Amino acid sequence: MKKKLSTLSVLYRVLARDIRVALRRQSDVAAVFFFFIIAASLFPLGSGADPKLLKAMAPSVLWVTALLSCMLSLSRIYASDHADGTLEQIMLSNQPTVLIVLMKILAHWALSGLPLVLVAPLIGVQFNLSGAELQTLALSLLMGTLALSLIGSIGAALTLGIRGTGVLIAILVLPLYIPVLVFGAGAVNAVSIGMSANGALSLLGAVLAMALVFSPLASAAALSIALE
Amino acid sequence: MKFSTSNFELTANDLSAVRGERLLFKQLNFSLKNGTILYLQGANGTGKTTLLRMLCGLSKPYSGVINWCGNNINELAEDFHQNILYIGHLPSIKEDLTALENLQFSLALTGDSFDFAHACEVLKLLGLGKALHLPTRVLSQGQKRRVALARLWLQNLPLWILDEPFTALDVAATELLKQKIEHFANAGGVVVMTTHQEVLINAPNFVQLRLEDLDKPNHNLKN
Repeated sequence: MKKKLSTLSVLYRVLARDIRVALRRQSDVAAVFFFFIIAASLFPLGSGADPKLLKAMAPSVLWVTALLSCMLSLSRIYASDHADGTLEQIMLSNQPTVLIVLMKILAHWALSGLPLVLVAPLIGVQFNLSGAELQTLALSLLMGTLALSLIGSIGAALTLGIRGTGVLIAILVLPLYIPVLVFGAGAVNAVSIGMSANGALSLLGAVLAMALVFSPLASAAALSIALE
Repeated sequence: MKFSTSNFELTANDLSAVRGERLLFKQLNFSLKNGTILYLQGANGTGKTTLLRMLCGLSKPYSGVINWCGNNINELAEDFHQNILYIGHLPSIKEDLTALENLQFSLALTGDSFDFAHACEVLKLLGLGKALHLPTRVLSQGQKRRVALARLWLQNLPLWILDEPFTALDVAATELLKQKIEHFANAGGVVVMTTHQEVLINAPNFVQLRLEDLDKPNHNLKN
């Protein structure tokens, strides 16, 4: 009898496979990325070239566009695996579904949230943000987008197999995104009025920690209902 | 590959299933020991797939229990899952990945390591020698099914649950699969399968179960 793989190596394979599948469909990944760049660049064009105004609205604009871009790709986490039967195999894995779900969320984040974190400081320059603000923006997005993927996964799992999921996911998930938006944009705002961002970032970290624990559990439960 | 050394038993007690308001089947009892092939028959919509999914633990019975070696499969959960090889009517093949990549992932999910050379050999045996490194999107329906079925040759699990395994296969592949199932049963494995094709399988313990059409709405649901 061959030796069974350890939990970690199974999880690594799930992560690697999800990233590989996403990279074979580069247009999906690129769509999220360019949506963010274009949407965020439209605001300065529409609001005129007042540097003060741009600076004042930068945190909320960048955060809201990041949030909407993340939401665009949510249905991708489970939809194709549901359509081709892979999800059944995942439920029948000898590893806990919760951990596999967590890997799928991480893979989703690596290709939708992480690119935004990397490009956001560049976009921030368009809005006349200072170095300290850009740093806080990147840090808050780093934690925030991961929380967005985690929370969004619950919505994606709950709407699995329902027609017209796009709008339904938005209605389910957007209210849950509010704390992430408030603390994420709040951190950048705090820096721009000369205060410390630590308070807002700690609260954002707390939201992330909660999402990290509860979201995979809720998603796995929703998936097993969807497959029933 | 030998399973006769350890004894397996899959039992169903008083199973019933309900879809919407319709009773699909009721009071289903069976016990499958090493080397048994359970061949499910029945018209469309009589609950064959539902029963297979229940036996895997994917859906819960309306009433009754399913036991694996004396323990409820819902309580065993992952301990039960590491014994089953389920191939549903969806092939669970990702079209953007190659046949080998797909197999590697399917094997990993049940914790089996992937032997590249062995996998190539099996795919060649199944007539996919030229398609090893092509994305499965370009394969035909029957070829995709063969990729999914390659798991039967690569994994060493004692319980096979196969939903319509012969669909879309040509004569040669049907024969190969039939032999594989016979060989597996003779080695002590347990197979539960459905099929609409008439496939003659020679195995010592070949049990047929026909699910009847109980098309009576609200039939004794309260009991």
